[in-house]
Amino acid sequence: MSDVNETPVYKRALPGPLPELDELNRFFWVSGEDGTLRFQRCGDCNHWQHPPSVICPKCLGENIAPQAVSGLATVGAVTVNHQAWTPGMTEPYVIAIVELDEQPGLHLTTNIVGIDPDKVVIGQRVKVVFEHVDDVWLPLFVPV
Amino acid sequence: MTTKYLEKNAIIAGVGQSQVGRRLDRSGLQLTVDATKAALADAGLTTADIDGVASWPGNMEAMQPGFSPVSVTDIKEAMGLELNWYSAGSESTQMSAIINACMAVATGQARHVLCFRTMCEASAIAKGSRSSLVGAGRNRIGGSFQWQIPFNAFSATNWVGLAASRYMQEFGMTREQLAQITLTARRNAQLNPKAIFTDPLSLDDYLQARMISTPLCLFDCDIPVDASTAIIISHADTAPDLKSIPVRFEAITGPLKGRDSWDQQIDLTRFNGEPAGTNLWQRTDLTPADVDVAQLYDGFSFLTVLWLEALGFCGRGEAGAFIEGGQRISRDGELPLNTHGGQLSAGRTHGFGFFHEAVLQLRGEAGERQLSQQPKVAAVANGGGNIAGAALLVRD
Repeated sequence: MSDVNETPVYKRALPGPLPELDELNRFFWVSGEDGTLRFQRCGDCNHWQHPPSVICPKCLGENIAPQAVSGLATVGAVTVNHQAWTPGMTEPYVIAIVELDEQPGLHLTTNIVGIDPDKVVIGQRVKVVFEHVDDVWLPLFVPV
Repeated sequence: MTTKYLEKNAIIAGVGQSQVGRRLDRSGLQLTVDATKAALADAGLTTADIDGVASWPGNMEAMQPGFSPVSVTDIKEAMGLELNWYSAGSESTQMSAIINACMAVATGQARHVLCFRTMCEASAIAKGSRSSLVGAGRNRIGGSFQWQIPFNAFSATNWVGLAASRYMQEFGMTREQLAQITLTARRNAQLNPKAIFTDPLSLDDYLQARMISTPLCLFDCDIPVDASTAIIISHADTAPDLKSIPVRFEAITGPLKGRDSWDQQIDLTRFNGEPAGTNLWQRTDLTPADVDVAQLYDGFSFLTVLWLEALGFCGRGEAGAFIEGGQRISRDGELPLNTHGGQLSAGRTHGFGFFHEAVLQLRGEAGERQLSQQPKVAAVANGGGNIAGAALLVRD
C-alpha cells in the first residue's frame, strides 16, 4: 500500500511533442509549477480568454494578465483514441475538451487521466493535475 | 447579369482529373499536368487562353510532404503559361482558389483561370511521412497546434471525433445513422470507375470496423490518395467560345467567423459551415429545396452531417433522422449525396472532386452514375472546423 499522502504522478499516454514557449504562452505552460492553472483575464471587463493574446477581444482593452482559476471543469466533449499514430502507442487514451468553471466557452483540449478511458462521459466533473516535463507543466484532468 | 453578386458572371468552362490512386507512379507535377490537359480539352481551350492560375494552399512540401506538392509557379513554368493574375496561399478557406478565380474573372483580372488541387498523400505515406499528422516526430510545437498536439491529439480524426461525440450526446444521433453517409458513398462509388473502394459495405461491416477515435471508426475517415483535379473558371461572356456545356456560379462564399479553433467554439457542435450557409442563401433567390444534388465535404462522415444542417437541408440536430436508412440521400432520393463516392470511397481530392462531380452531373456527363433525374442545381461544400466554403452551381 502506498502512503495515503503520496501525490500520484499523472502522465499522458505518450511522451509526444511539447509546446514551444514564447513570451505570450510561457505563463500558461509553466503555471502548474505551483500547482495552479492560470488563464489570461481582462482587468477592464473581466473576460477570460484563451489562447493568450495581446488584447481583450471583447472590450479591446490591453489591461490583461494571467489570473488563477479554480482548476475545476466539466467535460464538454470526449474521444477515446485507438489509433497508434506514433510507434510505441499501445493503449487507448482519452482526449477531451473541458470547460473551466470560470466562464462558458473557456475551453482546453486535454487528457483525462486516472480513470478507465471508457468511463469518461460528457458532463463529468474534473479537476486539473499537472504533468511536469522539462520546462513545461501540462494541465491534465482527473475525475473530481 | 447582376452587379450585386459578381460570381454569377463566372462559369466553370472545363474540368479535368488525373488518375486517382493509392500509389501512382507519377509526380505531383505530372498529375497536375494530366488534370490541366484534360480540363483544357474539356473546355476547348489551349494554354494560350489561360491567363490566371489559382490554387490552395500553395506548395506545402517542406512542412507536410504530399499535402500540396505543386505551386502555381510550378505549373506556370511547366506549361509555359503567361498570366495576368495568380493566387495561392494557406491562410484562406479551402475553397479559396475557386472563390478567388470567380472574383478574378468577374473583375476582369483574368478571362480563364486554371484552378487546381494536387495531393500525393498516398505516396508520402508509403515513404514514411503522414501529412495529415501534425507534429509527429517533433520535440516542440508552436502556433495554434500547441493546444492539441502535446495532448497526443495528433490527427483531425481526434478533433472531429470530439465534436462528433458532443453532437451524438446532444442530439441523439446513432452510429447506425452516421453510417449512412459512408454506406451511401460506397454504393455510389460502385458506379465510379475511378473510385478507390468499390467492394460492397454493409451496416454490420461498418459497425464492426476498428475504432480510430470514438465515435469515428475506420470507415468514417476518407482515403489519402495521389490525384490532381483541375477546374477552369471563366467569364460567362466566353461561354459561346467553349466546347463544354457551361455551368454557372449562382453563389459562393467562404467566411471566417466564430473562434479559430474548433475546441474554443462556445458551442462545440457549431462550425464555420453555418455562416457559410447563411451567406450562401443571402446571395441567391434559390432555396435549399431547389438543390437537385449535393456534393458535401466528407473528409470525415460527420462533417457531411454538419453540412446538411449548415446548408439548411434539414434543421439543427435533425441530420441523424434525415439520413436514417439512407433513402433521402440515395441516388433516387430527394437529395442525392456525393454521387461519385465522396472522399470516403473515391479518395481525398480535398474538395475539388466535389466540384468535378457536380459539373459532370449538371452537364449530364457522369456516365453510369448519371442521375436519372437530370439535376439543374448543385450544392458544393468544402471543409470543416473553422475552414468552410460553399457554392451553388447551376445549369442555365
